[in-house]
Amino acid sequence: MRLRTLNGEVAKIAGRGDAPARALADLFGRDAPFAYTLIAPAFFLLLFLVAYPFALSLWFSLSDARVGETGVFIGLENFQRLLRSDIFRQTLQNSVIFTAAALGAKTVFGMALALLLFRVTRFKRLIRGAVLLPFIVPTALSTLVWWWMFEPLYSVVNWTLKALHIVSHDIPWLPDPYLAMFTVILVNTWRGLPFFAITIFAGLVAIPREMYEAAESDGAGPIARFWHITLPLLTPVLAVVILFSAIFTLADFNIVYILTKGGPMNMTHLFATYSFALGLQSGQIGQGAAVSLFLFPILLFIVFTQLRLVRRATTYE
Amino acid sequence: MSRRGRAWRSVFTLYLPVAPFVFFALFPLYFMVVTSLKTNAELYDPTTVPFLIKRGVTFGHYQLLSNDTLFWSWFINSLLVSVGATVISVILGILAAYPLARLKFFGGDSFGVAIFITYLVPPSLLFLPLTTVVNRLGLSDSLWSLIVTYPTFLVPFCTWLLMGYFRTVPREIEECAMLDGCNRVQTLVRILLPVAVPGVICAALFAFTLSWNEFLYALVFVSPAELKTMTVGVFSELIRGDIYYWGGLMAGACIGSFPIVIAYVFFLDYYVSGLTAGAVK
Repeated sequence: MRLRTLNGEVAKIAGRGDAPARALADLFGRDAPFAYTLIAPAFFLLLFLVAYPFALSLWFSLSDARVGETGVFIGLENFQRLLRSDIFRQTLQNSVIFTAAALGAKTVFGMALALLLFRVTRFKRLIRGAVLLPFIVPTALSTLVWWWMFEPLYSVVNWTLKALHIVSHDIPWLPDPYLAMFTVILVNTWRGLPFFAITIFAGLVAIPREMYEAAESDGAGPIARFWHITLPLLTPVLAVVILFSAIFTLADFNIVYILTKGGPMNMTHLFATYSFALGLQSGQIGQGAAVSLFLFPILLFIVFTQLRLVRRATTYE
Repeated sequence: MSRRGRAWRSVFTLYLPVAPFVFFALFPLYFMVVTSLKTNAELYDPTTVPFLIKRGVTFGHYQLLSNDTLFWSWFINSLLVSVGATVISVILGILAAYPLARLKFFGGDSFGVAIFITYLVPPSLLFLPLTTVVNRLGLSDSLWSLIVTYPTFLVPFCTWLLMGYFRTVPREIEECAMLDGCNRVQTLVRILLPVAVPGVICAALFAFTLSWNEFLYALVFVSPAELKTMTVGVFSELIRGDIYYWGGLMAGACIGSFPIVIAYVFFLDYYVSGLTAGAVK
């Protein structure tokens, strides 16, 4: 108790002051004025540049706003029009395929890489540093080199495949709709894999060694140990990584914009690139805002699940 | 099993499987460097082996970049924006993280959740309305538009990271300082921050990296060529119509990645801890 009254000026004033002031201090907490002062700059920044734009985005999506015009309220017409539009339905389908495939690849290969990194003893820092590099290099710049690697005439990938006599003709990586989708998934996986690997690796390090020793003395082989110890104990980490990456994979802009601009024939458009094309390139801000808002329910679901996971993790501690 | 036998086994079961991952991660970056150093004649000759430089190294692409484009302006713009946004975000992050980690007050938990939600909001959700806000503030086509908007994703990140870091510092050292007559501000500045320096470095490194790498806001908010940042300048100014200067593009990509790679080499451990902070806390 003595310690607590020493906690700054506020506590003293609240302790000495009259009853209403004390009641107020109890309701808000003794350190409230100090806490609010410190939080204020971040709070107002996020209020004006995140919350307000979000409200604005809601308004745009319900209006026929165009560049330079505020527009009038038109209800859900933007959303109805989108759901009827072939391009938007294609975008929805692309988003599902892109996110599912990229997340799947990153999870499987990230897990494999993490398990390998965990056992590496020689050149540990060098190998870890090397596989992490794609995540650090600016995506907009590294995607340029992928573009060059899949360039129609001088593609190094095609050159290699032809030199190895795997194919006889150039493969049209980016002009072909399905191959273009494969390519953007590949580049997203390249960039995101380090995040998965290193986070799963940190999860592996946190598993107590005794569990493996106990299992080993019970005669469990490597595969049994993976299924019965590693995987269950890694599930919380995996869930957080996958959910976190799900948002940023789904909302990806850079890779698709640079490699394909959403083409060929809108077959690689994602929410972000289609929203960009509608809102900024053809000036239909209302429609564009409606497209990007489709990300929001998914975002909410993920935030909600993550918070539950985080809370559960803290109650275990 | 003998020591040598075990070593050989690890080559096959461990280092051989790791090799493709390392190759996959590094090849594009290697190819970026090789392309930027090759002469055009060799670059566009389909009969040569693309992996190697056989007809001599050239710095022509770098010279072209330096002399005929606004490359160094973009570089300086990126530097200004990243330093500005990083300083703002780390300061706001420290200020917000301290009460969230240490003090009990009405609304504290809700603000913590709000920070977490904004941490997860991708820039592509908000770029359209933000364009309008930036216009209304009179900031469009100036570097300020980026210095002001980057903190929208950097502040939540820094706050979240520092909150976790502050919590690992034992409360007792602060309580001791307060018994000795320090107030809250003094304990934060003189006691907590010096202990939390690694956390602050980590937050600053990530804020700088994320600002330097940002593409969408920089593409949308700033259109004059001389005000572009590195990522956008290289992409949009070096590609004109259907003519691609691949050598120049790759040279730009190399120099553009260079500061980040250098920071990364020196601070690898900070990057690793920052990456995992969000998930394994």
